[in-house]
Amino acid sequence: MDSQKLVRGLLIRGMLAGLVAGVLMWAFGLAIGEPQIRSAIAFEESVSPPSDEAPLVSRSMQETLGLLTGTIVYAVAIGGIFALVFAGVYGRIGRARPRVTAATLGLAAFVVIAFVPFLKYPSNPPAVGLDETIAFRTRVYFVMLLLSVVAAIAAVRLGRDAVKRLGAWNGALVGVGGYLALVVIASLLMPAVKEMPEGFSPDVLWHFRLATLGTHAVLYATLGLAFGALAERWITQAQGGAAGRYRTSSPSAGALRS
Amino acid sequence: MSDTTLTPEVEAPSVPLMPLGDLIPYALLTALLAIMLLYFVGAEEGATSVFPGMTLHEFVHDARHLLGFPCH
Ligand SMILES: [Zn+2]
Repeated sequence: MDSQKLVRGLLIRGMLAGLVAGVLMWAFGLAIGEPQIRSAIAFEESVSPPSDEAPLVSRSMQETLGLLTGTIVYAVAIGGIFALVFAGVYGRIGRARPRVTAATLGLAAFVVIAFVPFLKYPSNPPAVGLDETIAFRTRVYFVMLLLSVVAAIAAVRLGRDAVKRLGAWNGALVGVGGYLALVVIASLLMPAVKEMPEGFSPDVLWHFRLATLGTHAVLYATLGLAFGALAERWITQAQGGAAGRYRTSSPSAGALRS
Repeated sequence: MSDTTLTPEVEAPSVPLMPLGDLIPYALLTALLAIMLLYFVGAEEGATSVFPGMTLHEFVHDARHLLGFPCH
């Protein structure tokens, strides 16, 4: 099978896994995140009473169809990128089977795309953050995200060279350590944002931010596991379909045999 | 069985799926499309605006907050 067909198949599977992830993220967000958003909006309205004009999009629409649209579009886009990165790294970094590669990639993507930018610029519910600084906050957030991705790419190159000299474990540690050092430096150089309004419930803030991390965890767990399973079947099929090429028994079974 | 160096459950031969060159057109197209989509979820009608009005912003408003993008 030619690589064009192979990569198209992976791309479709990545976006499909993204679609599933988007629906799960919506369910998670609706159950865990929306109560915090409601509390935050109640606080916002108690501080500055809303205008009498009808909102452009009703709150119930924002919580259901709006949130669903947002999570699906986001997850499908990330799913497509995820599939292509997978196609690029598979067989080049380590020799893990497709499923294990995808799961590892999912974990790495969670840290690089969601967790590290979040640590510097955590998510904020409505009412937290000044209107006049939105341009500044958006800029620094995307710069931090970009720096995290660049640091990860640099760390992969560093780690790959280190693995050749120091072996798999120590080489991987060098890569991870390199990434951490770079993002800590980036985070120290980037400006701080401190715009917490007086009297905002710390409890609501904490749970809202946990909901953000949870939503991303749902995304990358789904991509890592569902895309991994789909990709493994597709690759086996595409490369001549030697059934049982990757056995699905548990690692302990392997340990017992050898 | 101790003569095998690969653990079949977790390891595969270290063979790339395809030359990186074959990935480039797909990577460019996907990146372009994905960045456009992520922009509309994450930033449109916030810090910058392509379409007039705030309807799109309000429609995806909760997702934007929840995913961690600065919103308002
Ligand atoms: Zn908002």
